[in-house]
Amino acid sequence: MRKSTRFGAALLGVLLVVSACSGDGESDAAGGRDRITLSYAIWDNSQRPVMDELGREFTRTHPDVTIDVQLAPWTDYWTRLRAAAGGGAAPDVFWMNGPNFRLYASNGMLRSLEKEIARDGVDLSVYPRPLVDLYTLNGERFGLPKDMDTIGVWYNKALFDAKDVAHPADDWTWADFQSAAARLTDPAAGVYGTAAMLGSFQECQYNTIAQAGGHVISPDGRRSGYDDPRTIAGLRFWTDLIRAGRSPDLMSMTDTVPLQLFEVGKIAMYWGGSWNVAEFSANAYTRGRVDVAPLPRGERRATVIHGVANVVSATTGHPEEAWQFVRFLGSRQAADILGRKGPMPAHTGTQDAWVSAHPEFDLRTFVDAVAYGVPYPVSANTAAWNESELTHLARAWTGEVPVEEAAAGLAAEMNALLSRERS
Amino acid sequence: MTLTTRSGDARAERGAPPDRKPRHPGGRGRGRVAEALWGYAFIAPTGIGLAVFHLWPVLQTAYFSLTEWGYFGGHTWTGLDNYARLLADPEVGRALVNTLGYTALGLAGIPLAIVFAALLNQRGLRGAGVYRTLFFLPVVTMPVAVAMAWRWLYNGDYGLINHGLSLVGVDGPHWVADPATALYALAAVGIWSGLGYNLIIFLAGMQAIPREYYEAAEIDGAGRITQFFRVTLPLLSPTAFFVSIISVIGSLQLFDLVYVMAGSGPAARANPAFPRLQTVVQLFYDRAFVTNDRGYAAAIVVMLLLLITAMTAVQFRLQRRWVHYA
Repeated sequence: MRKSTRFGAALLGVLLVVSACSGDGESDAAGGRDRITLSYAIWDNSQRPVMDELGREFTRTHPDVTIDVQLAPWTDYWTRLRAAAGGGAAPDVFWMNGPNFRLYASNGMLRSLEKEIARDGVDLSVYPRPLVDLYTLNGERFGLPKDMDTIGVWYNKALFDAKDVAHPADDWTWADFQSAAARLTDPAAGVYGTAAMLGSFQECQYNTIAQAGGHVISPDGRRSGYDDPRTIAGLRFWTDLIRAGRSPDLMSMTDTVPLQLFEVGKIAMYWGGSWNVAEFSANAYTRGRVDVAPLPRGERRATVIHGVANVVSATTGHPEEAWQFVRFLGSRQAADILGRKGPMPAHTGTQDAWVSAHPEFDLRTFVDAVAYGVPYPVSANTAAWNESELTHLARAWTGEVPVEEAAAGLAAEMNALLSRERS
Repeated sequence: MTLTTRSGDARAERGAPPDRKPRHPGGRGRGRVAEALWGYAFIAPTGIGLAVFHLWPVLQTAYFSLTEWGYFGGHTWTGLDNYARLLADPEVGRALVNTLGYTALGLAGIPLAIVFAALLNQRGLRGAGVYRTLFFLPVVTMPVAVAMAWRWLYNGDYGLINHGLSLVGVDGPHWVADPATALYALAAVGIWSGLGYNLIIFLAGMQAIPREYYEAAEIDGAGRITQFFRVTLPLLSPTAFFVSIISVIGSLQLFDLVYVMAGSGPAARANPAFPRLQTVVQLFYDRAFVTNDRGYAAAIVVMLLLLITAMTAVQFRLQRRWVHYA
């Protein structure tokens, strides 16, 4: 089988070379240089226009390189990327996130950028330290941060005013949040105070777990934190809201995702990321009606901080051009373009452009939140226990089992998976 | 190849009278071999395609089911480990129960198709072509589009079905998010979209029944209903047998409907009805392409292959009880 794998790889290599010759090899009549097309895989449809623009901007300074932005929706992105990478056909440059980075880097799927960073004297201190560290493995850097995101409470001002509820204060607490949710809930109008989403832990559970003083995974990455009573308190925050009717139940949220409900005024407070800006400013309903407040304080203040990086495939046929593109995407010039039209850029000093690009929202909230950000919980194979989180907690979300019981089952399964990572 | 030739010879010897002259005047051995070779040459395009694209993958899958895979490929021999895991995995058991339940519900579509076919087969029915087109439309519609449209119809809070029910004072469930209804909701879509295909086959079967039988029945004083039960149904049983085989195999391989209506990967698990919706092929897809546990996924489909083989064998044995060949 070894042999056939190698033969397959060789065949694939031949195909790639052939396709590279036929596709990209059109000679530029004027310069006589080969035109190159770099594929660039992304998952966010709302960022597609700005990514296309960055691609064109790069082509202006590198006329022989064209950027082909390839969108795969979030739900398929990792499935497709893993299949492509395993077959040696990954895109030249692609988006990487924290949960998947170690899997790709440790399996030799990413090209180390260490040499190029040193050669070109790239200054990494312009990015927040936690984000640079997130994409470093065994001292080698594999990606340049593209953007960053923190979490806030998006709220519908019109619904607040209709119920005469004071807008969230900067230093509000869990109790304030819960009482606001109670007052904003209006069963007759089908309006819920908030949405206790199960599918997106980054927006909901990971924040409340940290705010309650709990943890998802131990700092050394060896043990699950789901059996910690403080972690469970962070989960109960949400199941209590469902039980009290302040949030749609899990069945309703399965049929209609809470984001859609928020965008038609059926949910008053939506825990969302800084990446939602593009969507909420484009939507005619939310544009004038919603604003953002910091997350409420539990035992302490906390928000998950995370950022996407641009990485280069280990099998790219154009490593130099791919690096130049990644370097451009991490530059101040690109960050300024990104900030005006896309998510919060990671490049220090460029967030102001992002904040002022959307005066209709109080985006300073997300930038200030970086100060009390906690890292996104990851291990070598994060995806494995992410599946367990949903399998076990879905039963607590429906009320089928108490949240303590679901969390205990999850902790046991997660510990088993973590111990398998080390073997 | 030699094996087939030899058995061919054996049959010829058994059936031929001893004093028979050789069929080929140009010499028995060479002529026959040449003829056989030509035969094989003619079936080669299909045969090679079958071997390369069907048989070889089946053998490869069987081999892979005995290995464990890395995240990005490369595998090591683990013997029967995957099968041991399979037996202890509650998800496999659930997926099997769901798949068999769906298959049983899917069989209910067969009587339905026969009734509609009989109605469409009436002589002098006006607009028969229009009806046939309408019934066949879901078959030629993309399964993904079908599933998307039904997903909206089934929406518990804003769907058309529950809106209709609310007009008569019924509070409809969250069809595909409620564990109590999810499998039935799914099977209803499966039956609906498969109806046209079954119906066309039954129509063809009905039209192949000679008119003389009906005339004879009429002379004997049988009405339309009696004719249907005493003439049409028994003579349609070979068709029904064929449809039931195809239907069972199709149901056991259910994937696209579930993939669109329930999703896949970790996100699908946020659906409380997920434990009732997961089918064997969907579990296979999750393991093969989402968690990249290829060896385990191979073991799952080998199990499915055995299941389909067993079910089909059982159906072939049972056919003696109810299938009448005219």
